[in-house]
Amino acid sequence: MMTQLLLFNVTNGLIIGAFYVLMALGLSLILNLSNVINFAHGGFLVIGGYIAYTITPYVGFWGALLLAPLLTAIIGLAVERVLIRPLYGRDPLYSLLLTFGLAFMIEDGTRFIWGPQGKPVTIPPFLAQPLSNELFFITGYRLFMVAVVMIAVALLFLLLRYTRLGVRIRAGTLDLETVAALGINVRMLRSLNFAVGIFLAGLSGVLAAGQLGLEPTMGTGLLMPSFIAIIVGGIGSLPGTLVGGLLIGVASGVTAVFFPAASEAVIYVMMAVILLTRPRGLFGEEGMMS
Amino acid sequence: MNAEQIRKLIVLMAIWAALLLAPYWMAPLGGYTALATRVLVLGLAAMSLNFLLGFTGVLSFGHAAYFGLGAYGAGLTLKFLALSTPLALVAGMLLGGICGAILGLLIVRRRGVYFAMVTIAFGQVFYYIAFQWSSLTGGDDGLRGFSRQPIDFGLFKLDILTNANNFYYFVLFCFALAVGAMGFILRSPFGRTMIAIRENERRSRFLGIPVERHIWIAFTLSCFFMGLAGALYALVNNFADPRGLHYSQSGDFVMMAVMGGMRSFWGPLLGATVFVVLQDYLSSVTVNWMSFVGLLFVLVVLFFPRGLLGFFQRSKA
Repeated sequence: MMTQLLLFNVTNGLIIGAFYVLMALGLSLILNLSNVINFAHGGFLVIGGYIAYTITPYVGFWGALLLAPLLTAIIGLAVERVLIRPLYGRDPLYSLLLTFGLAFMIEDGTRFIWGPQGKPVTIPPFLAQPLSNELFFITGYRLFMVAVVMIAVALLFLLLRYTRLGVRIRAGTLDLETVAALGINVRMLRSLNFAVGIFLAGLSGVLAAGQLGLEPTMGTGLLMPSFIAIIVGGIGSLPGTLVGGLLIGVASGVTAVFFPAASEAVIYVMMAVILLTRPRGLFGEEGMMS
Repeated sequence: MNAEQIRKLIVLMAIWAALLLAPYWMAPLGGYTALATRVLVLGLAAMSLNFLLGFTGVLSFGHAAYFGLGAYGAGLTLKFLALSTPLALVAGMLLGGICGAILGLLIVRRRGVYFAMVTIAFGQVFYYIAFQWSSLTGGDDGLRGFSRQPIDFGLFKLDILTNANNFYYFVLFCFALAVGAMGFILRSPFGRTMIAIRENERRSRFLGIPVERHIWIAFTLSCFFMGLAGALYALVNNFADPRGLHYSQSGDFVMMAVMGGMRSFWGPLLGATVFVVLQDYLSSVTVNWMSFVGLLFVLVVLFFPRGLLGFFQRSKA
């Protein structure tokens, strides 16, 4: 019984961790290249989820899984172009405040368009079945979510490793000035990078919608753990963000077994311990944080 | 005295006159004394944040935590320890300040956007504690069951519970003490050093200034003032709300400071006035007030990044 409970919570933790990873990787991409903390990231997750809800009747679940993040990314591109681009090079305070206000507007806007009640999203029936009676908590959909997250993360790392865009993003993270001096269009680079980050947020929105249903406030709860995933993993390191997200997901899952009230607090304790013992985070470069 | 000093003196006198007479001119304009009290308390909070943000140049986005700690400190003192308003204020101030001092040690080495991120995350710790520890804090419902107490001067008692004007002047008195202390610190050699760090951290370091220690002291002082503001806020409402510790409250404080003008001492008070009055009005006329507040953030950032005072000063020059 105990092992089953533990397994249940570790599985839960891994699945939540997978969400943190998707969110945090997008945030991290934008933070590393553009020095912008995107407070509206949770808002884009919600947009992704609601778009999926709206287009599922026309394109089906599988179509929505691909199209909704794309449409979210396009909205993200427009936001970046109109609102965030004028703020590059200014004090990071301003982009922080702007995206903070934007998060308000998105939350209220979704409530205005789709109503305050939660919306269910239908998933293909074969995914909704549990695998076995013993392991009732592992439904096909949960495995499917983890698989999608794994594929998305793998694709992201391949993109960053092997494509021209990815190489430029990585180079820009280290030294944007030199990249600009080499004649690369930095504005375009930042826009595309922002869009990739928002695509990931939209994708997590679609996946979360299938599991939890939709609510206008669902993005806010994921934002803070994603911040902590980035800090724990080490700012500037995407593999760090990946590990950080999984780590805090599992940690809060396991804590939920023994001390449910502390399951949210434990990730902050982890952050404090990391900052005390290894200020740059698990995988961070020396000096990245200051 | 030259013309500049005379001008400054006149402005200062005008501000204090407006604050002293607020209960008398607010009502005819459609306001009420309790609104003025709230403006004053949130203005003090915004000025405390700006002590760090505008004068040391360090971006803290988690200051609501220390504000909320002040509120809970005051509320818990009144509820469980002693029926004394001054003691509650001191307890709130100490709780906010000491927690700030401890966490400050962990975060002073970060800079810029990373400082913001770590302060937000640490600020949320206190939100979760207040939210989860319901036996002590009342959890989601907030801390209730206490009220501000009359102040006993020995010879007479000052009723601040039922008399709104008396309470306003009591808050104004605390506000004046805190603001006076902030002004004094900013004028001292230490305050000048804070501004030097804001203007050029590297050069300050070369001059032998212990930058980290100064930032830590500024952060701690700012948290003490924030704790006082929070304690006053608990007295205003006879209630402490976990949402007062949430990072969205921090965002509101930063917004007040930016909207008023971060580079000016009084700017955040102006920002708080506009913000509180606008929010009060918007939430009474539309359910979508959140969108308008969000829009306000976006517009201020895009078009008035230097705040109202900065805007007026530039258009004059």
